[in-house]
Amino acid sequence: MKTPIQFRLNGEEVATFAEGGANLLDTLRETIGDLSVKGGCWHGSCGACTVLIDGAPRLACMTLAETVAGRSIETTAGLRQGAELHPLQTAFMEHFAAQCGYCTPGMLMAAKALLDRNSSPSREDVVDALGGNICRCTGYEPIIQAVLDAARGYRRSA
Amino acid sequence: MFELRKDVFADERDDNLHEIGQPTQRQDMLGHVTGTSAYYDDHRFAGLLHLKVLRSPHAHARIRSIDDSAAARAPGVKRIIRAADVPVNLNTLLSLINFGKDDEPSLASDIVRYKGEPILGIVATSERAALEALAKVRVSYDPLPAVLDVEEALKPGAPSVNATYPQNTFEYHGKYDHQNLRYGDVEAGFKQADVVIEDRYQMSPIEHATVETNGSITVPDTNGRFVVYTSTQALFFSLDTAAKINAMPSNQLHFIGGTVGGGFGGKVDTMTEPLCVLAARLTGAPVRYRFSRHEEMQFGSPRGAERIYVKDGVMRDGRIVARQVRCYFDSGAYTRLSSYAAIKCAAHIPGPYTIPNVYADVYCVFTNRTPATAMRGFGVTALDFALECQMDKLAHAIGMDPVEFRILNAYRDGDMKAHRREAKNCALIECAQVAAEKANWPIREEFRRMSSRSGGTGAARAGAAIDHTRAPAPAPQRVTYERPPQPASAQPPTRSEPPPPPPPRPSAPASTPGSSHGAQRFSSVFGTRRR
Repeated sequence: MKTPIQFRLNGEEVATFAEGGANLLDTLRETIGDLSVKGGCWHGSCGACTVLIDGAPRLACMTLAETVAGRSIETTAGLRQGAELHPLQTAFMEHFAAQCGYCTPGMLMAAKALLDRNSSPSREDVVDALGGNICRCTGYEPIIQAVLDAARGYRRSA
Repeated sequence: MFELRKDVFADERDDNLHEIGQPTQRQDMLGHVTGTSAYYDDHRFAGLLHLKVLRSPHAHARIRSIDDSAAARAPGVKRIIRAADVPVNLNTLLSLINFGKDDEPSLASDIVRYKGEPILGIVATSERAALEALAKVRVSYDPLPAVLDVEEALKPGAPSVNATYPQNTFEYHGKYDHQNLRYGDVEAGFKQADVVIEDRYQMSPIEHATVETNGSITVPDTNGRFVVYTSTQALFFSLDTAAKINAMPSNQLHFIGGTVGGGFGGKVDTMTEPLCVLAARLTGAPVRYRFSRHEEMQFGSPRGAERIYVKDGVMRDGRIVARQVRCYFDSGAYTRLSSYAAIKCAAHIPGPYTIPNVYADVYCVFTNRTPATAMRGFGVTALDFALECQMDKLAHAIGMDPVEFRILNAYRDGDMKAHRREAKNCALIECAQVAAEKANWPIREEFRRMSSRSGGTGAARAGAAIDHTRAPAPAPQRVTYERPPQPASAQPPTRSEPPPPPPPRPSAPASTPGSSHGAQRFSSVFGTRRR
């Protein structure tokens, strides 16, 4: 049984069929082809598949694809505007906030959700926002510093 | 922030370090932050099939029968892979360098030796179809007694884990059941010592838990070759292993990797590629074999558990005079890389310290646990944990500052190691001095003045470098041990005996400080003072 669904992905309307029981992670990666979303655990414990649904950070592997019909989804693939990187992307590069890079798309989306609603986060706010995202390489500190630095860029551009 | 200390060994540098000390952007960083770095699973192929394996629920059991008839009829199933389908169904990773005997099947046929051992593979049109078909396979087991403890495994009458090594120990050079190290007379050292401390250290297995799980995709090419996209950390290692198990020339395999979602040692075991290649050969279709998170955590090989016993004899003046180590590596059911870990461990004993009497036995032991593998310094990390715990305890017992105690015993250039190799290019003293300075940890002037380059004649330096008429620095109790301070630690040190004669040392080429530079001191490849 397949259900037709339509939603906005990084600002573009997309339409597809969701397999019965299919999650958003598989639908984005396997059906639509947005490979910027990574799967790490497929049961909601690592945060690698974090996407924004109507601006809120959500785990794509724990979201039934059918439930996103009519909603707006953001992924790392839509983060930069043309050739221009998003402030978070620039800050991650400058702070060496990625090593293997596999958790990075999820980190970026969790951080974007935070900065979109609070462009002056405290260190505790950042730690709290990234609390559901596991990184096994960096030890987190460069990521926290990158998000705090990106927030400064947010405030300047606002 | 990164700080490059150029004042240490300054006369050995010509300051030609153009890259070290300043940041350089990673070439893969832009891909990482834009989500465009292509990991193995970011390649898409029409008609991709999915391989999942049935795993043993028992730590040790005989397989009486396998009934996969219902699974074969399940929707979406393209092929069932049984042990008999594997061309070379016995392998050990390091056979590629002629080290160790083949001991591990890709698919178990008669006996399963750890919980999670693969028994049978199913290739289907989706992961879900493969998993549903796996649930229809009926296996009948006769559970066997399992041994899950390294010392139990070495007792007479213990269940034999691995038919290749029936004594439950890896065999070195075809005849030795362990690695040993003998230097000086450890018993005489203990008799001479003022204080002897013995303790037991037990490490747990540690899972790397890479965020990307192990996996690979094999795609049949049009020229008879197979292209393999893989998460491996060791591309050619995996290629040769896959070729060996599939009994095919390695030039029929084209491995593509390099972008790996975390490794840390957890992706060197070639756990998915051989069966993935076999599945593609048997079906003629592209096949993906991807570990679930559960498989990765439960069955992906971890850092092995180690049990370490350390007995040390120390003099009140701070010299360690004897160190005895007994170490058991839990290899799990198969060798993989633990045989090598035990060698690294033996090579690291007694730590970076000059000790005249050393005695060590290191065993690589088979148990019915998940086979262990590499992880960040494996073989050395756990041993260092044990040894450095001992160092703190010893320092405390004799009332000596733990940093000064380490500096006193650290290798100097020219010291003789327990392995009868001369210590060269030593830098522990300088590291300890800088660490103490950074931590605002006071050490006495004579310890601040010590150098890795002087006093390197083994035991003789203790008398030369320290004024023993002075009382040692008060040793503040900065750490708490179960063992209370020894009452004798308050006594002034007495040194009536001369230090033991230095162990024999080889004739070393004359050291010429000033003629070398930093690259030489720290290079393991070249350098006039290395041999």
